[in-house]
Amino acid sequence: MTGPSRHPGERRDLGAVSDLELGRRAYRRRQAARSIGISLLSTVVFAVVIGVVLVNSPGWQVTRDTFFNPEYFRQALPAVWQGLLLNIRVLAVAVVGVAVVAVAIAGIRSLKGPVFFPLRFLAAAYTDLFRGMPFLIVLYLIGFGIPALGLTDQVIPVTLLGTIALVLTYSSYVAEVLRAGIEAVHPSQRLAARSLGLSHYASLRLVVLPQAVRKVTPALMNDFVSMQKDVGLISVLGAVDAVRAAQIQVAQTYNYTPYVVAGLLFVALSWPFIRLTDWLTARQQRREQIGGLV
Amino acid sequence: MTPVLQLRGIVKSFGSNHVLRGIDLDVSPHEVVVLIGASGSGKSTLLKTTNLLERIDDGQILLAGDDISDPRADVDAVRARIGVVFQHYNLFPHLTVLDNVTLALRRVHKLARQECQERGLALLGRIGLAGQARDYPDRLSGGQQQRVAIARAIAPDPELLLLDEITSALDPQLVGEVLDLVAELKQSGSTILMATHEIGFARRVADRIVFLKDGTICEQGPPSQLLDSPGRAETAEFLSRVLH
Repeated sequence: MTGPSRHPGERRDLGAVSDLELGRRAYRRRQAARSIGISLLSTVVFAVVIGVVLVNSPGWQVTRDTFFNPEYFRQALPAVWQGLLLNIRVLAVAVVGVAVVAVAIAGIRSLKGPVFFPLRFLAAAYTDLFRGMPFLIVLYLIGFGIPALGLTDQVIPVTLLGTIALVLTYSSYVAEVLRAGIEAVHPSQRLAARSLGLSHYASLRLVVLPQAVRKVTPALMNDFVSMQKDVGLISVLGAVDAVRAAQIQVAQTYNYTPYVVAGLLFVALSWPFIRLTDWLTARQQRREQIGGLV
Repeated sequence: MTPVLQLRGIVKSFGSNHVLRGIDLDVSPHEVVVLIGASGSGKSTLLKTTNLLERIDDGQILLAGDDISDPRADVDAVRARIGVVFQHYNLFPHLTVLDNVTLALRRVHKLARQECQERGLALLGRIGLAGQARDYPDRLSGGQQQRVAIARAIAPDPELLLLDEITSALDPQLVGEVLDLVAELKQSGSTILMATHEIGFARRVADRIVFLKDGTICEQGPPSQLLDSPGRAETAEFLSRVLH
């Protein structure tokens, strides 16, 4: 077979491939191999440079013993791991809280009509306030402010206070992301939903929100990963979480390796979610779109 | 017999643009009424006001004798009695073809899941798309999507079907399959009010053609009369432009 030309009406044998296409495939294979080779080489060079600079820096010996000491690493791991379990528990509860509050706020901010002005205004004020305020300040205000009110005789657990602070801050971020998603859904979708007799609320829940969430999944997962790290800040209220556990170890040994342990555990915690996001996004694109070469 | 739809003196303006200037129109049961007219003559707006997707500035709309232009009317309940098909299909991309068709049955008419599935599949079989029930709309051609949109609109057996230039966004070779489906709906006794640019099709299915010009009904009558011997100069002029 030499080329694609043939007599009119002649049926094409789809099992055989023309030399032209075989040539193109070989070229693409060579190009791909070349790209992989270049990126491998640059990665190795980069790693070597970093390694050489680190090892040859004047304080490397001390730094290694203080931050990457295998003995202290082993010692710190169980306590920090126990602390991380607390972080995970707080996170699990806070995520549910954030989802509920954020959807409510985003829904309120998407309400049309002058009647809803006060609600919209309150929702806007909420998101403005808690997005602007540093999370650490929110933690202090909630963590020390609410107990100061003396609403109950019992001691309010610091994990609960930390969870409330997390929900307040992150629901304002997530609400804004959701609102962007809601507004990105074409109005004709809402029109079609309403024309079927679905109520405003039902249209939002069954038609608009599912599409909105799909549009902003990467941004939502990004907020989730960010939240995963910020859970570590509840240590400032005195909760013995991973960060606090590491701090206690550091105070006892004057060795900083426990912080590295905590840092690596947080990364290990977020990594599966980061990969999951990529996988979900790719799968959804395959399912709903027939992609082109872009 | 009470008309399915009675429009009385419908007025609608967008700012200083008076789109509808007093429309009176009745649609009887099992009647197919086709609106024709140039772009901007008010066809689409008339359909939207009928489904309460636009609020009228004056006049009255009666659906099977009920005043649905009354602000106390339950808008969602009214819309549940009317099926609409849009120019750009507006299928829900996150739902399968079957779920698109059964959404209103499940969530508005609250039928049992089993019954919804059966009715949806039967309907998809009728429009020749039973094999695509589990696919997402993006996988379908424009003509197939529009047929699904029609199935979605007629799934709850609406009293009235509004079709808003449903073939305008389609490739010419896909128009036929959609129009054949509409002709079949007429055979099965649906009451239809539709806007279209397809004059040939209007002749085929219409019981009555209404020619709109500048927000008023310029002329109306059976297809043979209105298309072949229009009574007014404006009608003749419009027809000569669209029929070349």
